[in-house]
Amino acid sequence: MAASESYPDELLYHSEHDWARIDGDEATLGVTWFAQDSLGELVHYEPPDAGSTVSKDASYGEVESVKAVSDLISPLSGEVLEVNQKVVDAPETVNEDPYGDGWLIRIRMSSPGERDQLLSAAEYRKVLEDA
Amino acid sequence: MQTLRRTPLHDRHVALGARMVPFAGWEMPVQYEGVIPEHKAVRNDAGVFDVSHMGELEIEGPTARDLLQATLSNDVDKLEPGDAQYTLVTNDGGGIVDDVILYRLDGHRYLVVANASNAGAVFDWLKERELRGSDVRDVSDDYALLAVQGPRALERLGLDRAKPFTWAMGDLDGVEVMVNRTGYTGEEGVELACMADEAGQLWDAILARGVVPCGLGARDTLRLEVCYPLHGNDIGPDWDAISSGLAWACALDTDFTGAERLRAVKAEGPAQKLVPFAMTEKAIPRQGMAVAGGGEVTSGTMSPMLEVGIGMAYVPAAAAKPGTELVIDVRGKDRRGVVEKKPLYKKEQ
Repeated sequence: MAASESYPDELLYHSEHDWARIDGDEATLGVTWFAQDSLGELVHYEPPDAGSTVSKDASYGEVESVKAVSDLISPLSGEVLEVNQKVVDAPETVNEDPYGDGWLIRIRMSSPGERDQLLSAAEYRKVLEDA
Repeated sequence: MQTLRRTPLHDRHVALGARMVPFAGWEMPVQYEGVIPEHKAVRNDAGVFDVSHMGELEIEGPTARDLLQATLSNDVDKLEPGDAQYTLVTNDGGGIVDDVILYRLDGHRYLVVANASNAGAVFDWLKERELRGSDVRDVSDDYALLAVQGPRALERLGLDRAKPFTWAMGDLDGVEVMVNRTGYTGEEGVELACMADEAGQLWDAILARGVVPCGLGARDTLRLEVCYPLHGNDIGPDWDAISSGLAWACALDTDFTGAERLRAVKAEGPAQKLVPFAMTEKAIPRQGMAVAGGGEVTSGTMSPMLEVGIGMAYVPAAAAKPGTELVIDVRGKDRRGVVEKKPLYKKEQ
């Protein structure tokens, strides 16, 4: 079952439809409800390797639906600590729970100050409305 | 920007919440609920597709048969009134201008159903070659075409079984329809042609019988699982019909445009062949990806039934045998697959 539309207030957002949940010097990353809805049911997740580095605004992997491929844009820079194997095995988890079980990677931030450039839920909603 | 054309069912698609996309100059539904559930509805029950964007041409007259025999690859003389045939409009090089279904309506009247993107080209092609005593008319705007496909399609429509590639006039809940025993999904089913102004009534009647509305997304994944080529992806004017694996639709003992070249290709053996394949590693092949050793993916998707990446590709003839491994460049990463037999998906019996 697909989730219904939501943009939780406790997350930070990137205008390329990615979110970050910051906890100390670590962050969990994923894609927003809007991103998964636009793509449709996900059938493949191409993750980065654990230990690799990701850079803010750059692609760190891909998700695919039957019809389309979409780059995953990192909202923050850092080192990949963990890849969500559950999504590798069952990519539709992202559609079912984009902010919970459907998270994509966990990183250790290398430039924690980057968070100030991210959007609040209200600001991200505005991006969607203006699109 | 070019204005997109709309089928008579456009407003119904929008009302059902379809995601509408541009396709071959038309605004068409790519999906309603989702590609995967629609795909599975057709494999397990019944789905309906609005394919009114396809082109219909009528060829009529005492020399209609001669015109078609000279321009189409298959043997027109195999058709009695009530029969239909998969056939190709070929060019001098044996390349494919379009793949079409030819229906014999009566003694001197035929109907060609062409792909939407090629309908104009096929009309021009036939019109330029018209003979004295044959008239080619584009009747696309007169008709709507709905494909109802799936193991329960006939039961839901209250139709009896009939031989594939035949047609008959019929009535569905008060709408007069041409019932064609054809399709593009590998499932049992029909394609129903009706007058354009009755399309809404026919669509409503089909949905009321519990058939699931399906978009072009599912149509593409369904056809790819059973290895039906898509013109513009897998086949086209630059690939000859033999290399494209369509020798079975070429009556090489008849004389049609490009026959000579096709006979030569058949005698020599094609250098490359269109083959179906399935991935053995986790990856989804896509159109345009390179195959190591020479070759290119022409169609690719994730198979909703097999749950692996599948596709079709042109590969060197020596690498075309089922069981041959192939390596595909998936955005810079080598991913393995294997050449398979047609069809990739077969119903368990």
